[in-house]
Amino acid sequence: VWFQFHNLQDLRHSASLVTKVFIQRDYSEGTVCRFLTKFPSELDNRIERSLFEETVKTLNSYYIEAEKIGGQSYLEGCLACATAYIAFLCMETRYEQVLKKISGYIQEQNEKVYAPRGLLLTDPIERGMRVLEISVFEDQGSVSSSPSSSMSLAGGSA
Amino acid sequence: PRALSVSPSSAESHPGKTPPRPRRKWEVFPGKNRFFCDGRLILSRQSGVLPMTLVLIVVTCGLFFTFDCPFLVKHLTVFIPVIGGVLFVFVMASLLRTSFTDPGILPRATADEAADIEKQIDTSGSSSYRPPPRTKEVLINQQVVKLKYCFTCKTFRPPRTSHCSLCDNCVERFDHHCPWVGNCVGKRNYRFFYSFIVSLSFLTSFIFGCVIAHLTLRSQTGESLIQAIQESPASTVVELVICFFSIWSILGLSGFHTYLVASNLTTNEDIKGSWSSKRAGEEHGNPYSYNSIITNCCATLCGPMPPSLIDRRGWLSLEEPIPAASTLEMELPTFAEKNDAEMRGDKP
Repeated sequence: VWFQFHNLQDLRHSASLVTKVFIQRDYSEGTVCRFLTKFPSELDNRIERSLFEETVKTLNSYYIEAEKIGGQSYLEGCLACATAYIAFLCMETRYEQVLKKISGYIQEQNEKVYAPRGLLLTDPIERGMRVLEISVFEDQGSVSSSPSSSMSLAGGSA
Repeated sequence: PRALSVSPSSAESHPGKTPPRPRRKWEVFPGKNRFFCDGRLILSRQSGVLPMTLVLIVVTCGLFFTFDCPFLVKHLTVFIPVIGGVLFVFVMASLLRTSFTDPGILPRATADEAADIEKQIDTSGSSSYRPPPRTKEVLINQQVVKLKYCFTCKTFRPPRTSHCSLCDNCVERFDHHCPWVGNCVGKRNYRFFYSFIVSLSFLTSFIFGCVIAHLTLRSQTGESLIQAIQESPASTVVELVICFFSIWSILGLSGFHTYLVASNLTTNEDIKGSWSSKRAGEEHGNPYSYNSIITNCCATLCGPMPPSLIDRRGWLSLEEPIPAASTLEMELPTFAEKNDAEMRGDKP
Protein backbone atom coordinates (compact mmCIF):
# COMPACT_ATOMS: atom_id res chain seq x y z
CA VAL A 1 0.00 0.00 0.00
CA TRP A 2 2.89 2.35 0.76
CA PHE A 3 4.30 1.79 -2.68
CA GLN A 4 0.98 2.53 -4.33
CA PHE A 5 0.47 5.62 -2.20
CA HIS A 6 3.91 6.76 -3.22
CA ASN A 7 2.83 6.34 -6.82
CA LEU A 8 -0.18 8.55 -6.18
CA GLN A 9 2.02 11.23 -4.64
CA ASP A 10 4.18 11.17 -7.74
CA LEU A 11 1.12 11.86 -9.83
CA ARG A 12 0.18 14.85 -7.80
CA HIS A 13 3.56 16.44 -7.42
CA SER A 14 5.70 15.63 -10.37
CA ALA A 15 3.56 14.44 -13.28
CA SER A 16 2.17 17.09 -15.57
CA LEU A 17 -1.53 17.34 -16.24
CA VAL A 18 -2.54 16.81 -19.84
CA THR A 19 -6.28 17.26 -19.73
CA LYS A 20 -9.37 16.68 -17.65
CA VAL A 21 -12.27 14.53 -18.72
CA PHE A 22 -15.69 15.28 -17.27
CA ILE A 23 -18.31 12.55 -16.96
CA GLN A 24 -21.64 14.34 -16.90
CA ARG A 25 -24.78 13.51 -14.99
CA ASP A 26 -27.39 11.17 -16.37
CA TYR A 27 -30.84 12.65 -15.75
CA SER A 28 -32.87 9.99 -17.51
CA GLU A 29 -34.05 8.60 -14.17
CA GLY A 30 -34.99 11.98 -12.78
CA THR A 31 -33.13 14.05 -10.23
CA VAL A 32 -31.41 11.10 -8.54
CA CYS A 33 -27.62 11.26 -8.72
CA ARG A 34 -26.34 9.15 -11.61
CA PHE A 35 -23.44 9.45 -14.00
CA LEU A 36 -23.34 8.56 -17.67
CA THR A 37 -21.54 5.29 -18.34
CA LYS A 38 -20.60 6.31 -21.87
CA PHE A 39 -16.87 5.75 -22.35
CA PRO A 40 -15.14 9.05 -23.22
CA SER A 41 -12.88 8.97 -26.26
CA GLU A 42 -10.01 10.72 -24.48
CA LEU A 43 -9.49 7.65 -22.31
CA ASP A 44 -9.33 5.30 -25.27
CA ASN A 45 -5.76 4.11 -24.90
CA ARG A 46 -5.42 4.81 -21.18
CA ILE A 47 -7.82 2.43 -19.49
CA GLU A 48 -9.92 -0.59 -20.34
CA ARG A 49 -13.55 0.15 -21.06
CA SER A 50 -14.80 -2.50 -18.66
CA LEU A 51 -12.86 -1.10 -15.69
CA PHE A 52 -14.18 2.36 -16.29
CA GLU A 53 -17.78 1.18 -16.64
CA GLU A 54 -17.39 -0.90 -13.51
CA THR A 55 -16.29 2.17 -11.54
CA VAL A 56 -19.15 4.33 -12.75
CA LYS A 57 -21.74 1.61 -12.21
CA THR A 58 -20.53 1.01 -8.64
CA LEU A 59 -20.64 4.72 -7.92
CA ASN A 60 -24.16 4.92 -9.32
CA SER A 61 -25.26 2.06 -7.10
CA TYR A 62 -23.82 3.82 -4.06
CA TYR A 63 -25.77 6.96 -4.87
CA ILE A 64 -28.97 4.97 -5.34
CA GLU A 65 -28.39 3.47 -1.91
CA ALA A 66 -27.86 6.91 -0.39
CA GLU A 67 -31.01 8.38 -1.90
CA LYS A 68 -33.20 5.36 -1.35
CA ILE A 69 -36.56 6.23 0.15
CA GLY A 70 -37.31 3.43 2.51
CA GLY A 71 -37.48 2.35 6.11
CA GLN A 72 -34.37 4.01 7.40
CA SER A 73 -34.95 7.34 5.72
CA TYR A 74 -38.51 7.49 7.08
CA LEU A 75 -37.21 6.72 10.53
CA GLU A 76 -34.63 9.45 10.25
CA GLY A 77 -37.18 11.92 8.93
CA CYS A 78 -39.80 11.23 11.58
CA LEU A 79 -37.29 11.22 14.41
CA ALA A 80 -35.87 14.50 13.25
CA CYS A 81 -39.32 16.03 12.89
CA ALA A 82 -40.33 14.87 16.36
CA THR A 83 -37.29 16.56 17.88
CA ALA A 84 -37.93 19.80 15.96
CA TYR A 85 -35.04 18.90 13.66
CA ILE A 86 -32.50 19.23 16.42
CA ALA A 87 -31.64 15.56 15.85
CA PHE A 88 -30.06 16.44 12.51
CA LEU A 89 -27.46 18.49 14.34
CA CYS A 90 -26.34 15.54 16.43
CA MET A 91 -26.45 12.51 14.21
CA GLU A 92 -24.85 11.63 10.94
CA THR A 93 -27.44 11.03 8.26
CA ARG A 94 -27.46 7.92 6.11
CA TYR A 95 -26.50 10.00 3.08
CA GLU A 96 -23.36 11.21 4.84
CA GLN A 97 -22.46 7.66 5.81
CA VAL A 98 -22.75 6.52 2.21
CA LEU A 99 -20.71 9.51 1.05
CA LYS A 100 -17.89 8.38 3.32
CA LYS A 101 -18.08 4.94 1.78
CA ILE A 102 -17.95 6.51 -1.66
CA SER A 103 -14.83 8.53 -0.91
CA GLY A 104 -13.18 5.40 0.44
CA TYR A 105 -14.10 3.56 -2.72
CA ILE A 106 -12.74 6.32 -4.94
CA GLN A 107 -9.49 6.38 -2.98
CA GLU A 108 -9.18 2.64 -3.39
CA GLN A 109 -9.95 2.81 -7.11
CA ASN A 110 -7.38 5.56 -7.55
CA GLU A 111 -4.70 3.57 -5.78
CA LYS A 112 -5.35 0.28 -7.49
CA VAL A 113 -6.65 1.07 -10.95
CA TYR A 114 -6.30 4.70 -11.99
CA ALA A 115 -3.01 5.99 -10.61
CA PRO A 116 -0.95 3.19 -12.21
CA ARG A 117 -2.46 4.28 -15.53
CA GLY A 118 -1.72 7.96 -14.97
CA LEU A 119 -5.31 8.93 -14.18
CA LEU A 120 -6.91 10.43 -11.11
CA LEU A 121 -10.57 10.41 -10.11
CA THR A 122 -12.04 13.34 -8.22
CA ASP A 123 -14.88 12.64 -5.80
CA PRO A 124 -18.03 14.17 -7.36
CA ILE A 125 -18.94 15.76 -4.04
CA GLU A 126 -15.98 18.09 -4.51
CA ARG A 127 -17.48 19.26 -7.78
CA GLY A 128 -20.96 19.75 -6.37
CA MET A 129 -22.12 16.39 -7.77
CA ARG A 130 -22.15 17.96 -11.22
CA VAL A 131 -19.46 15.86 -12.82
CA LEU A 132 -17.09 12.98 -12.24
CA GLU A 133 -13.76 14.58 -13.03
CA ILE A 134 -10.92 12.42 -14.32
CA SER A 135 -7.53 14.12 -14.50
CA VAL A 136 -5.35 12.68 -17.24
CA PHE A 137 -1.62 12.92 -16.58
CA GLU A 138 1.27 12.55 -18.95
CA ASP A 139 1.73 8.93 -19.79
CA GLN A 140 5.34 8.18 -18.82
CA GLY A 141 5.27 4.96 -20.82
CA SER A 142 4.34 6.29 -24.25
CA VAL A 143 5.70 9.26 -26.23
CA SER A 144 2.55 11.34 -26.34
CA SER A 145 -1.03 10.72 -25.37
CA SER A 146 -2.63 12.89 -28.08
CA PRO A 147 -4.91 15.09 -26.00
CA SER A 148 -7.97 16.55 -27.68
CA SER A 149 -7.65 19.88 -25.93
CA SER A 150 -4.33 21.41 -25.01
CA MET A 151 -4.49 22.45 -21.39
CA SER A 152 -1.07 22.14 -19.86
CA LEU A 153 -1.14 22.86 -16.19
CA ALA A 154 1.95 21.86 -14.29
CA GLY A 155 0.84 19.80 -11.36
CA GLY A 156 3.62 20.68 -8.98
CA SER A 157 3.66 24.45 -9.04
CA ALA A 158 4.63 26.41 -5.93
CA PRO B 1 -23.12 35.77 16.17
CA ARG B 2 -20.89 38.09 14.30
CA ALA B 3 -21.83 38.90 10.70
CA LEU B 4 -19.11 38.96 8.10
CA SER B 5 -20.15 39.97 4.62
CA VAL B 6 -18.51 38.16 1.74
CA SER B 7 -15.73 40.20 0.21
CA PRO B 8 -13.04 38.32 -1.69
CA SER B 9 -9.68 39.96 -1.38
CA SER B 10 -7.79 40.21 -4.60
CA ALA B 11 -4.46 41.67 -3.56
CA GLU B 12 -1.82 39.48 -2.05
CA SER B 13 -0.18 40.61 1.17
CA HIS B 14 3.36 42.01 1.16
CA PRO B 15 6.05 39.43 0.53
CA GLY B 16 8.40 38.90 3.39
CA LYS B 17 5.73 39.37 6.07
CA THR B 18 3.91 36.51 7.78
CA PRO B 19 1.99 34.37 5.30
CA PRO B 20 -1.73 35.19 4.95
CA ARG B 21 -3.87 33.26 7.40
CA PRO B 22 -5.60 30.22 5.94
CA ARG B 23 -9.11 31.07 4.84
CA ARG B 24 -12.22 29.02 4.64
CA LYS B 25 -14.18 28.65 1.45
CA TRP B 26 -17.18 30.60 2.67
CA GLU B 27 -15.10 33.74 2.74
CA VAL B 28 -14.77 33.69 -1.04
CA PHE B 29 -18.21 32.37 -1.84
CA PRO B 30 -19.44 34.07 -5.01
CA GLY B 31 -23.14 34.13 -4.22
CA LYS B 32 -25.00 36.91 -2.39
CA ASN B 33 -25.03 35.22 0.97
CA ARG B 34 -24.07 35.98 4.51
CA PHE B 35 -22.33 33.51 6.75
CA PHE B 36 -22.32 33.23 10.52
CA CYS B 37 -20.46 31.15 13.08
CA ASP B 38 -17.47 30.67 10.80
CA GLY B 39 -19.50 29.24 7.95
CA ARG B 40 -21.86 27.00 9.88
CA LEU B 41 -24.91 29.15 9.23
CA ILE B 42 -25.89 30.63 5.89
CA LEU B 43 -28.41 33.31 5.11
CA SER B 44 -29.32 35.31 2.05
CA ARG B 45 -27.85 38.79 1.92
CA GLN B 46 -31.39 40.03 1.33
CA SER B 47 -32.59 38.81 4.69
CA GLY B 48 -35.19 41.54 4.63
CA VAL B 49 -38.11 40.64 6.76
CA LEU B 50 -36.68 37.86 8.92
CA PRO B 51 -36.21 40.10 11.98
CA MET B 52 -39.81 41.21 11.62
CA THR B 53 -41.01 37.60 11.45
CA LEU B 54 -39.10 36.80 14.62
CA VAL B 55 -40.40 39.89 16.40
CA LEU B 56 -44.01 39.17 15.44
CA ILE B 57 -43.86 35.60 16.68
CA VAL B 58 -42.01 36.40 19.90
CA VAL B 59 -44.18 39.41 20.74
CA THR B 60 -47.46 37.61 20.11
CA CYS B 61 -46.38 34.61 22.15
CA GLY B 62 -45.03 36.84 24.86
CA LEU B 63 -48.31 38.68 25.17
CA PHE B 64 -50.14 35.38 25.16
CA PHE B 65 -48.09 33.89 27.97
CA THR B 66 -48.17 37.05 30.04
CA PHE B 67 -51.78 38.09 29.81
CA ASP B 68 -53.90 35.16 28.75
CA CYS B 69 -52.24 32.17 30.31
CA PRO B 70 -52.66 33.07 33.97
CA PHE B 71 -56.37 33.55 33.49
CA LEU B 72 -56.84 30.43 31.41
CA VAL B 73 -54.78 28.26 33.72
CA LYS B 74 -57.05 29.30 36.55
CA HIS B 75 -60.26 28.76 34.65
CA LEU B 76 -59.50 26.01 32.20
CA THR B 77 -56.48 23.80 32.38
CA VAL B 78 -52.76 23.98 32.95
CA PHE B 79 -52.13 22.39 29.57
CA ILE B 80 -52.78 25.67 27.77
CA PRO B 81 -49.31 27.15 28.32
CA VAL B 82 -47.76 23.71 27.89
CA ILE B 83 -49.24 23.28 24.44
CA GLY B 84 -48.43 26.88 23.63
CA GLY B 85 -44.86 26.39 24.74
CA VAL B 86 -44.37 23.25 22.68
CA LEU B 87 -45.81 24.89 19.59
CA PHE B 88 -43.65 27.97 20.12
CA VAL B 89 -40.48 25.90 20.39
CA PHE B 90 -41.40 23.97 17.27
CA VAL B 91 -42.13 27.13 15.30
CA MET B 92 -38.88 28.81 16.30
CA ALA B 93 -36.78 25.71 15.64
CA SER B 94 -38.33 25.23 12.19
CA LEU B 95 -37.96 28.89 11.33
CA LEU B 96 -34.31 29.05 12.34
CA ARG B 97 -33.59 25.81 10.54
CA THR B 98 -35.24 27.13 7.38
CA SER B 99 -33.43 30.42 7.49
CA PHE B 100 -29.96 29.22 8.29
CA THR B 101 -29.77 26.03 6.25
CA ASP B 102 -28.20 25.84 2.84
CA PRO B 103 -31.27 25.38 0.59
CA GLY B 104 -29.40 23.20 -1.89
CA ILE B 105 -27.09 25.66 -3.55
CA LEU B 106 -25.16 24.29 -6.51
CA PRO B 107 -21.56 25.44 -6.48
CA ARG B 108 -20.45 27.12 -9.68
CA ALA B 109 -18.51 25.17 -12.23
CA THR B 110 -14.73 25.25 -12.13
CA ALA B 111 -12.94 26.92 -15.03
CA ASP B 112 -12.03 23.54 -16.55
CA GLU B 113 -15.60 22.30 -16.49
CA ALA B 114 -16.90 25.50 -18.02
CA ALA B 115 -14.34 25.28 -20.82
CA ASP B 116 -15.25 21.66 -21.44
CA ILE B 117 -18.96 22.45 -21.72
CA GLU B 118 -18.31 25.44 -23.99
CA LYS B 119 -16.29 23.19 -26.26
CA GLN B 120 -19.13 20.69 -26.44
CA ILE B 121 -21.71 23.35 -27.23
CA ASP B 122 -19.57 24.89 -29.94
CA THR B 123 -18.77 21.64 -31.71
CA SER B 124 -22.41 20.62 -31.83
CA GLY B 125 -23.57 23.86 -33.47
CA SER B 126 -23.14 24.34 -37.21
CA SER B 127 -21.55 27.34 -38.84
CA SER B 128 -24.29 27.99 -41.35
CA TYR B 129 -26.89 29.27 -38.94
CA ARG B 130 -26.90 30.93 -35.55
CA PRO B 131 -26.41 28.38 -32.79
CA PRO B 132 -29.61 27.60 -30.90
CA PRO B 133 -30.04 28.90 -27.37
CA ARG B 134 -28.17 26.88 -24.84
CA THR B 135 -30.57 24.14 -23.89
CA LYS B 136 -30.18 20.41 -23.65
CA GLU B 137 -33.07 17.99 -23.82
CA VAL B 138 -33.36 14.97 -21.58
CA LEU B 139 -35.95 12.25 -21.40
CA ILE B 140 -37.27 11.71 -17.89
CA ASN B 141 -39.99 9.13 -17.43
CA GLN B 142 -40.94 9.40 -21.11
CA GLN B 143 -41.29 13.15 -20.75
CA VAL B 144 -39.07 15.62 -22.56
CA VAL B 145 -37.47 18.05 -20.13
CA LYS B 146 -35.37 21.00 -21.28
CA LEU B 147 -32.24 21.73 -19.28
CA LYS B 148 -31.10 25.32 -19.51
CA TYR B 149 -27.53 26.54 -19.40
CA CYS B 150 -26.90 28.95 -16.55
CA PHE B 151 -24.60 31.75 -17.64
CA THR B 152 -23.70 32.73 -14.10
CA CYS B 153 -22.88 29.27 -12.82
CA LYS B 154 -21.53 28.07 -16.17
CA THR B 155 -23.23 24.72 -16.09
CA PHE B 156 -26.36 23.04 -17.38
CA ARG B 157 -28.92 23.23 -14.63
CA PRO B 158 -30.12 19.86 -13.37
CA PRO B 159 -33.88 19.31 -13.65
CA ARG B 160 -35.95 21.27 -11.11
CA THR B 161 -33.05 23.59 -10.43
CA SER B 162 -33.51 27.31 -10.81
CA HIS B 163 -31.28 30.33 -10.44
CA CYS B 164 -32.35 32.73 -7.72
CA SER B 165 -31.57 36.26 -8.81
CA LEU B 166 -31.74 37.59 -5.26
CA CYS B 167 -29.11 35.21 -3.95
CA ASP B 168 -27.31 34.79 -7.28
CA ASN B 169 -27.15 31.03 -6.84
CA CYS B 170 -28.56 28.01 -8.60
CA VAL B 171 -30.69 26.15 -6.06
CA GLU B 172 -31.75 22.54 -6.44
CA ARG B 173 -35.47 21.83 -6.44
CA PHE B 174 -35.99 25.58 -6.17
CA ASP B 175 -39.33 26.41 -4.61
CA HIS B 176 -39.22 30.16 -4.06
CA HIS B 177 -37.23 32.86 -2.30
CA CYS B 178 -39.07 33.62 0.91
CA PRO B 179 -38.42 37.11 2.30
CA TRP B 180 -40.07 36.16 5.61
CA VAL B 181 -37.40 33.60 6.36
CA GLY B 182 -34.66 35.50 4.55
CA ASN B 183 -33.52 32.57 2.44
CA CYS B 184 -34.39 30.51 -0.61
CA VAL B 185 -36.54 27.45 -0.06
CA GLY B 186 -35.10 24.49 -1.94
CA LYS B 187 -34.37 20.83 -1.72
CA ARG B 188 -32.58 20.84 1.62
CA ASN B 189 -34.80 23.11 3.67
CA TYR B 190 -38.26 22.53 2.17
CA ARG B 191 -39.24 20.14 4.94
CA PHE B 192 -38.22 22.72 7.56
CA PHE B 193 -40.22 25.38 5.74
CA TYR B 194 -43.26 23.14 5.58
CA SER B 195 -42.98 22.33 9.30
CA PHE B 196 -42.66 26.01 9.99
CA ILE B 197 -45.83 27.07 8.19
CA VAL B 198 -47.87 24.13 9.48
CA SER B 199 -46.80 24.62 13.08
CA LEU B 200 -47.28 28.35 12.74
CA SER B 201 -50.85 27.76 11.54
CA PHE B 202 -51.47 25.65 14.62
CA LEU B 203 -49.85 28.23 16.86
CA THR B 204 -51.79 31.19 15.51
CA SER B 205 -55.07 29.27 15.56
CA PHE B 206 -54.33 28.12 19.09
CA ILE B 207 -53.56 31.62 20.33
CA PHE B 208 -56.57 33.02 18.53
CA GLY B 209 -58.80 30.40 20.10
CA CYS B 210 -57.35 31.00 23.54
CA VAL B 211 -57.86 34.74 23.31
CA ILE B 212 -61.46 34.28 22.22
CA ALA B 213 -61.96 31.81 25.07
CA HIS B 214 -60.39 34.28 27.48
CA LEU B 215 -62.72 37.08 26.45
CA THR B 216 -65.75 34.83 26.46
CA LEU B 217 -64.99 33.51 29.91
CA ARG B 218 -64.43 36.99 31.24
CA SER B 219 -67.71 38.25 29.87
CA GLN B 220 -69.46 35.21 31.33
CA THR B 221 -68.13 35.84 34.83
CA GLY B 222 -70.13 39.01 35.14
CA GLU B 223 -68.13 41.52 33.15
CA SER B 224 -69.35 42.67 29.77
CA LEU B 225 -67.30 42.02 26.68
CA ILE B 226 -66.25 45.67 26.41
CA GLN B 227 -65.05 45.67 29.99
CA ALA B 228 -63.11 42.48 29.38
CA ILE B 229 -61.34 44.00 26.43
CA GLN B 230 -60.63 47.16 28.40
CA GLU B 231 -58.95 45.14 31.13
CA SER B 232 -56.04 44.27 28.92
CA PRO B 233 -56.55 46.42 25.86
CA ALA B 234 -53.22 46.38 24.12
CA SER B 235 -52.46 42.73 24.38
CA THR B 236 -55.86 41.48 23.33
CA VAL B 237 -56.25 43.75 20.35
CA VAL B 238 -52.71 43.15 19.19
CA GLU B 239 -53.03 39.41 19.48
CA LEU B 240 -56.40 39.33 17.79
CA VAL B 241 -55.27 41.47 14.89
CA ILE B 242 -52.02 39.61 14.33
CA CYS B 243 -53.61 36.22 14.63
CA PHE B 244 -56.57 37.07 12.47
CA PHE B 245 -54.46 38.17 9.54
CA SER B 246 -51.89 35.47 10.07
CA ILE B 247 -54.45 32.72 10.12
CA TRP B 248 -55.87 33.66 6.76
CA SER B 249 -52.50 33.92 5.06
CA ILE B 250 -50.62 31.14 6.85
CA LEU B 251 -53.45 28.63 6.68
CA GLY B 252 -53.85 29.39 3.00
CA LEU B 253 -50.15 28.96 2.45
CA SER B 254 -50.11 25.68 4.37
CA GLY B 255 -52.98 24.40 2.29
CA PHE B 256 -51.24 25.39 -0.90
CA HIS B 257 -47.99 23.73 0.10
CA THR B 258 -49.82 20.61 1.23
CA TYR B 259 -51.19 20.40 -2.30
CA LEU B 260 -47.69 20.90 -3.70
CA VAL B 261 -46.23 18.22 -1.46
CA ALA B 262 -48.96 15.78 -2.38
CA SER B 263 -48.36 16.26 -6.08
CA ASN B 264 -44.56 16.58 -5.79
CA LEU B 265 -44.49 20.03 -7.35
CA THR B 266 -42.56 23.14 -6.53
CA THR B 267 -44.03 26.64 -6.30
CA ASN B 268 -41.82 27.56 -9.24
CA GLU B 269 -43.23 24.78 -11.42
CA ASP B 270 -46.77 25.50 -10.35
CA ILE B 271 -46.54 29.19 -11.15
CA LYS B 272 -44.92 28.57 -14.50
CA GLY B 273 -47.42 25.85 -15.27
CA SER B 274 -44.68 23.50 -16.41
CA TRP B 275 -46.73 20.37 -15.93
CA SER B 276 -50.26 21.69 -16.23
CA SER B 277 -52.58 19.48 -18.21
CA LYS B 278 -53.07 22.14 -20.88
CA ARG B 279 -49.42 22.13 -21.84
CA ALA B 280 -48.55 18.53 -21.18
CA GLY B 281 -51.73 17.33 -22.76
CA GLU B 282 -52.29 14.49 -20.33
CA GLU B 283 -53.57 13.87 -16.83
CA HIS B 284 -50.31 13.76 -14.89
CA GLY B 285 -47.65 15.64 -16.80
CA ASN B 286 -45.28 15.79 -13.86
CA PRO B 287 -42.50 13.25 -14.47
CA TYR B 288 -41.27 13.46 -10.90
CA SER B 289 -44.55 12.50 -9.27
CA TYR B 290 -44.87 8.98 -7.93
CA ASN B 291 -48.58 9.14 -8.77
CA SER B 292 -49.51 8.38 -5.19
CA ILE B 293 -50.23 11.08 -2.65
CA ILE B 294 -48.69 9.19 0.23
CA THR B 295 -45.49 8.37 -1.64
CA ASN B 296 -45.16 11.96 -2.79
CA CYS B 297 -45.55 13.25 0.76
CA CYS B 298 -43.09 10.74 2.15
CA ALA B 299 -40.55 11.39 -0.57
CA THR B 300 -40.67 15.14 -0.13
CA LEU B 301 -40.85 15.37 3.64
CA CYS B 302 -39.27 12.18 4.90
CA GLY B 303 -36.77 11.56 2.15
CA PRO B 304 -33.04 11.30 2.84
CA MET B 305 -31.40 14.54 3.83
CA PRO B 306 -28.94 15.43 1.07
CA PRO B 307 -25.62 16.96 2.10
CA SER B 308 -24.61 20.54 1.49
CA LEU B 309 -22.71 20.79 -1.77
CA ILE B 310 -20.99 24.05 -1.00
CA ASP B 311 -18.12 23.11 1.27
CA ARG B 312 -18.41 26.19 3.44
CA ARG B 313 -15.95 25.29 6.15
CA GLY B 314 -13.31 23.70 3.97
CA TRP B 315 -9.94 25.40 3.77
CA LEU B 316 -8.82 27.24 0.69
CA SER B 317 -5.62 25.93 -0.82
CA LEU B 318 -2.97 28.56 -0.08
CA GLU B 319 -1.01 28.08 -3.31
CA GLU B 320 -3.89 28.92 -5.61
CA PRO B 321 -4.60 32.61 -6.09
CA ILE B 322 -8.26 33.56 -5.98
CA PRO B 323 -9.27 33.69 -9.64
CA ALA B 324 -11.23 36.58 -11.06
CA ALA B 325 -13.83 34.24 -12.47
CA SER B 326 -16.29 32.72 -10.10
CA THR B 327 -14.69 29.41 -9.20
CA LEU B 328 -14.69 27.93 -5.79
CA GLU B 329 -12.66 24.74 -5.56
CA MET B 330 -8.98 23.98 -5.83
CA GLU B 331 -7.61 22.97 -9.20
CA LEU B 332 -6.01 19.68 -8.24
CA PRO B 333 -7.50 17.84 -5.32
CA THR B 334 -5.12 16.84 -2.58
CA PHE B 335 -6.16 13.89 -0.53
CA ALA B 336 -4.99 15.26 2.80
CA GLU B 337 -6.99 18.43 2.48
CA LYS B 338 -9.96 16.65 1.07
CA ASN B 339 -10.07 14.30 4.01
CA ASP B 340 -9.69 17.22 6.38
CA ALA B 341 -12.55 19.07 4.81
CA GLU B 342 -14.83 16.07 5.03
CA MET B 343 -13.81 15.17 8.53
CA ARG B 344 -14.54 18.65 9.74
CA GLY B 345 -18.11 17.80 9.23
CA ASP B 346 -20.49 19.46 6.88
CA LYS B 347 -23.48 19.82 9.13
CA PRO B 348 -25.72 22.49 7.72
